[in-house]
Amino acid sequence: MRTFFARLAVMAMVLAFVLSACGAQAPATEEVTAPDTAPDTAAEPFVFGMLLVGPYNDNGWSQAHYEAGKYVEEKLGATMLYLDKVNPADRPGTTPDQLGEELVAQGAKLIIFNSDDMKDAATTFAKAHPDIYVIMASGDQVWADGMAYEAMPNMVNIMGRMEYGKMMAGCAAALTTETGKIGYLGPLINDETRRLASSAYLGAKYCYEMAGNDPASLEFKVTWIGFWFNIPGVTLDPVQVSNDFYTTDYDVVISGIDNPVNLGEAAKLKAEGKNVAGVAYDYVAACEAAPDVCIGVPYFNWGPDYVRTIKSAQDGSWKSEFIWASPDWADINNPDTSAVGFVKGPALADDAAAKLDDFISELAGGLNLWSGPMNLQDGTAYLADGEAATDQQIWYLPQLLEGMEGLSASE
Amino acid sequence: MLKSRLSGFIFQLIAFFLALGFVSLILVAVGASPFDAFKNMLNGSIGSMRKFAEVLVSFVPLLLVTAGLLITFSAGLWNIGVEGQIVLGAIGTTWVLRLFVDSSVHPAIVIILSIFGGMAAGALWAAFAGALKTFGGVNEIFGGLGLNFVSTALTLYLIFGPWKREGVASMSGTEPFPDVFALPQVPDLRISLWSLAIAGVAILIVYFILQGTYFGLKIKAVGKNIRAAYLLGIPTWQYSLYSFLICGALAGAAGALQVTAVYHRLIPAISSGYGYLGLMVAMLVNYQAIWAIPVALFFAALNIGSIQLPILMHLDSSLSGVLQGVLVLFVLLTEGVRQKFVKKV
Repeated sequence: MRTFFARLAVMAMVLAFVLSACGAQAPATEEVTAPDTAPDTAAEPFVFGMLLVGPYNDNGWSQAHYEAGKYVEEKLGATMLYLDKVNPADRPGTTPDQLGEELVAQGAKLIIFNSDDMKDAATTFAKAHPDIYVIMASGDQVWADGMAYEAMPNMVNIMGRMEYGKMMAGCAAALTTETGKIGYLGPLINDETRRLASSAYLGAKYCYEMAGNDPASLEFKVTWIGFWFNIPGVTLDPVQVSNDFYTTDYDVVISGIDNPVNLGEAAKLKAEGKNVAGVAYDYVAACEAAPDVCIGVPYFNWGPDYVRTIKSAQDGSWKSEFIWASPDWADINNPDTSAVGFVKGPALADDAAAKLDDFISELAGGLNLWSGPMNLQDGTAYLADGEAATDQQIWYLPQLLEGMEGLSASE
Repeated sequence: MLKSRLSGFIFQLIAFFLALGFVSLILVAVGASPFDAFKNMLNGSIGSMRKFAEVLVSFVPLLLVTAGLLITFSAGLWNIGVEGQIVLGAIGTTWVLRLFVDSSVHPAIVIILSIFGGMAAGALWAAFAGALKTFGGVNEIFGGLGLNFVSTALTLYLIFGPWKREGVASMSGTEPFPDVFALPQVPDLRISLWSLAIAGVAILIVYFILQGTYFGLKIKAVGKNIRAAYLLGIPTWQYSLYSFLICGALAGAAGALQVTAVYHRLIPAISSGYGYLGLMVAMLVNYQAIWAIPVALFFAALNIGSIQLPILMHLDSSLSGVLQGVLVLFVLLTEGVRQKFVKKV
């Protein structure tokens, strides 16, 4: 037994040696991990922090924010600190406001909260830290004409008018479906997701008719998984939901969640000989995950508005406001000017692509699909004939629209 | 005796360094400096008053759960269901708060009632596991695991169903309660001295139950040798149930404080894994209640300190979980080695 003990002691010593060796190397590594300082700015770089609800490389919502942060670093010479997977399932026992403080402790002067899931925490944080600038993406707390208005001088809300992107997504789906059945992979149910799913439906109906079909025969079904992405055991599994769609004749599925998992399922089924396709969401390069089945992706381009807002924090012209940014209709895919864009996927047929371009031109020319007559899902009139929806009516859409299948609220 | 204490300490120290070494190897394998990682974790947990307060926020539920588990461990029971008992505590507390949220009852009374409500709900959930074992012959590990799943399902049902936010169906959680229903916090820090005091009192009570009472002695007797205890006239199944109830109540208190002092609403991940973490702490301290305080504090510090890893080094913060798990494994391993070694000598 003595030998065993001796062996243990030797092992411990070896490990101690490894430890100390690593310790000795530390200074070299430290240089690598130290934040890069922009060489062209004389003053200390402005440090901003970003809290991402999902992984920074999720090929969707969070990655779009992360890339926008990189864009800000490049344009303003600022430095980004970020923490991803900020949700109670991935970081148990923490709250976003607490994690925001961790970024402040590392020098951040401005914090971006990137998810609706952090809305309450962003408010708590903004009130507790009036000296720190806060950008709450997708929120409406500082919309003076909104329903949740609270004056917070240090907060800005930013959201893109993804309604347009979703209309294009719906249009591409309607021009592609052969069964006349479109599935919508919904996240959780709230104002934002109702209006976006409904926008996709409006675009789909319009283009289905444009292609010579009867819009009343179009089936459009929304299935909600319960959160922005899959949390095993908590949400519905979006892969399973996609599979259910594809195997019940919904040959095109539009992703409304934070990542395009529907594409993976579509690619698998396509390999088995099924003619299916999908629309991704959020991130400009999301189609690359499965180009053979991807007919397009409506995406957010947060960069330009983040640059504008963070610059205003730097130069002192900051003011609390609610920004609901439109696509740049001159070129919706201009990375420096357009808040919302749409990239056509390789799986989109040529004639469909041409019709989609026509549709986009019509939108650019002022076509408004958010106009009456429009009924809510339960049949109550929402907009009278010829009446255009106000921003509030779109943002706070209380139900899905008539003709859509799926829950408008929790049962 | 002294010699065995000393050798035990030495072996635990060895286990600690083995665990550190193991995690260091992982870090080296992914090209990160272990020295920096440990330094950042240390800074991230005790580098400032604010950070230490966050550690305490994590420490409170962990200590409560550990305190409860010390009782069930002493009774020879593996109360894996403790996770669900925390969840039920949170549900019970949320339920009471919801009952009184629009009433004119003084908020302080409502908070106290809600914490007791949480403790009762946690105890009830533990009683299920206990009853399954006592009357159904279901091993408490399986019964507890099953009840954990049921508790998650119940939380989701409540959040998506009866307790949903207006017009919303999201696992983000229920509507936050007004600030008056939060336990008072130290200014500018998130820690509430009330919750710290509750956890402190709990571990002291458990210490005295186990060290100084006839009741504790009987529980330990049941745990050491249930047949012998029975033959000596101890009503064994009743004492098993009592230990479940005490543990459930303490886990319920942890859940109650997660609602009243941390999240101020019900969320699906309300237990934050403190149940499983508490099992590890209880295993590490090996029935010695007083040691639960430093070990739980250390585990909480790892939880909070590890947040620095993704921010500063782009490493996954689950590394702290690896360290915690490996530590338990090595302690158990070296304890086994020590017993052989000590016997031989």
